[in-house]
Amino acid sequence: MSQAVLEAESAPAQRMDLLRFATAGSVDDGKSTLIGRLLFDTKSIFVDQLDAVEAVSAARGDEYTNLALLTDGLRAEREQGITIDVAYRYFATPRRKFIIADTPGHIQYTRNMVTGASTADLALILVDARKGLVEQSRRHAFLTSLLRVPHLVLCINKMDLVDWDKDTYDKIADEFTSFAAKLEITDLTIIPVSALNGDNIASRSENSPWYEGPSLLHHLEHVHIASDRNLVDVRFPVQYVIRPQSTTVTDYRGYAGQVASGVLKPGDEVMVLPSGLHSTIAGIDTADGPVTEAFPPMSVTVRLTDEIDISRGDMICRPHNAPAVAQDIEAMICWMDETAPLRVGAKYAIKHTTRTARTVIRGLQYRLDVNTLHRDENAGELGLNEIGRVKLRTTVPLLADEYRRNRTTGGFILIDEGTNRTVGAGMIIEAQ
Amino acid sequence: MSQPKPYRVSHLDALEAESIFVMREVMAEFERPVLLFSGGKDSIVMLRLAEKAFTPARVPFPVMHIDTGHNFPEVLDYRDSRVATLGLNLVVASVQEAIDTGLVRELPDGTRNRIQTPVLLAAVEKYRFDALFGGARRDEEKARAKERMFSFRDDFGQWDPKNQRPELWALYNGKHHPGESIRVFPLSNWTELDVWHYIAREKIPLPSIYYAHDREVVERDGMFYAVNEFIRLRDGETSSVRRVRYRTVGDASQTAAVLSEADTVEKVIDEVAATRITERGATRGDDKVSEAAMEDRKREGYF
Repeated sequence: MSQAVLEAESAPAQRMDLLRFATAGSVDDGKSTLIGRLLFDTKSIFVDQLDAVEAVSAARGDEYTNLALLTDGLRAEREQGITIDVAYRYFATPRRKFIIADTPGHIQYTRNMVTGASTADLALILVDARKGLVEQSRRHAFLTSLLRVPHLVLCINKMDLVDWDKDTYDKIADEFTSFAAKLEITDLTIIPVSALNGDNIASRSENSPWYEGPSLLHHLEHVHIASDRNLVDVRFPVQYVIRPQSTTVTDYRGYAGQVASGVLKPGDEVMVLPSGLHSTIAGIDTADGPVTEAFPPMSVTVRLTDEIDISRGDMICRPHNAPAVAQDIEAMICWMDETAPLRVGAKYAIKHTTRTARTVIRGLQYRLDVNTLHRDENAGELGLNEIGRVKLRTTVPLLADEYRRNRTTGGFILIDEGTNRTVGAGMIIEAQ
Repeated sequence: MSQPKPYRVSHLDALEAESIFVMREVMAEFERPVLLFSGGKDSIVMLRLAEKAFTPARVPFPVMHIDTGHNFPEVLDYRDSRVATLGLNLVVASVQEAIDTGLVRELPDGTRNRIQTPVLLAAVEKYRFDALFGGARRDEEKARAKERMFSFRDDFGQWDPKNQRPELWALYNGKHHPGESIRVFPLSNWTELDVWHYIAREKIPLPSIYYAHDREVVERDGMFYAVNEFIRLRDGETSSVRRVRYRTVGDASQTAAVLSEADTVEKVIDEVAATRITERGATRGDDKVSEAAMEDRKREGYF
């Protein structure tokens, strides 16, 4: 049993970077225990939190301290013993700060997993070594690839219950690897663990001498994410125009936004969409002074040499590398509304980068069974948690890339114009 | 050949960029945003982010203080000096005034955390604010762990945890009908330690009570309360002068200090990194009431 406990350190705050990961799996797979173990081994659980959980566990008559109670924050969740919503958890090691989007396995699984995966650098899927891959494991792997989460970790858990049998591990690993090969998964790491005992979580376990890979925490700390950013295609969605109404600062006109992709530098020739007008970057400002370059995920303010009409929703890019200016969009859509299905002919508001427009559903090409990947071309609508390939037309052009090329300029949400609810998530396949 | 650049972004840079994005998004999409400012460290960091988001323009929205009347004088002084320096428009919604006019009733125990909520909601209605920036963080409390960046409130200001909008990518849905509003939490992904690292990096001044100082305190339920006009010694209690600092700033009658020698931001960071008790658990009498105390208050329209 390995019980390595890391010292929480604070000194090199400037050197730490940030990794966001989504966890998927059901309670039965030991997901809560795994998260509890990560938090515990990095000293991220506080004494009063543990006391509270122990007290509630005891009051409920649980035989052991139920670490799931750490993440189940809402009354309904505790009463029903289920997790309703994505919960965000935080821990840090001297190398990295981590944000966990903990997505529940049973209820609203697709909606929650898609939400958690949309911002994740890495997805962590758990399986029980005794049971091997189940339908849900494949579904989670598929959603990871659909949302183009760059890194995937499969933790084969409860290895202690199969006596750390290498053949069991190999069989599950092989099966998952061949399934993953059919999906677009670029980086897969498979780790045998016992979340309960802490084996291969914070440090390598002596129980698996045949396993030559890293512990989970070591992998999370070292997985290379800097190159996941697109530094090639300059995309700067204009968020807000800064024009001080002041007597001390005059004639300032800056375009504020967060760099979606690419590297911007003063002196670069740029094109502004949808107008297509050209200009040059005069300067890139931040509150800490001008910078010589801006790259994702920096929030900056760009000034141009020419006075051209630019407003929120416009996009600054390069003349020979521009997104499509498109009103006809094909996309995979995950439907998230329990009150009404997505129907052909229906109209919604669409939010894409900083641009909001209206859209009509032109057609549903197929509905995808996320368990079998079977395509149902006769489907007439998409219900809650269903995914399908959809054609849309928008009232004004979107400045869009394929989602596979750019997760920021390729993703959108649909909003019901009556209820204002977010009802769908879209990943652009084609824009023209 | 020049060295390839790492394009490195520290976790604080990434958090700052995200918070600034959120603030600009609100400014672009809402009519009447307001920033809730208590003089606590989280709202101070939030105000700093607002400065940075809109520079060289001024912070383009007012700040609002829900004044319980139970204040630490150092915090009020700090508030007024920040407002003056930044040229801000300050709105004060007074709990005392609301008690005097009968909007709320003083609780038997005299604490005012809970009765802030109707005062806040009345101010929102009066000024027709449609977006309220709050400094809450998801690491504070488990009901907050499921909170959205953009948290929808109905026309009674209520939070319904089962009726929150899924948040994908950085596509925040701020649409709402008249009377409804959105609470926006730009510090959602920050931890207490991140806040302190940022205060150190940005050299942000704080009210002096955040640093170790000698104070007359009384120990109750393992917490150290300042003896002052709001907290009087009960029979059998004795006070003593201890070296303390505050980890949070709330209703002065309910907020406790922690024993500390940390009189600089660096020392506070070392203490926070080593501490084993959450800041609310260590300092807030109000959160100890029940397992779901925060959830209940949030449902009523609390911050």
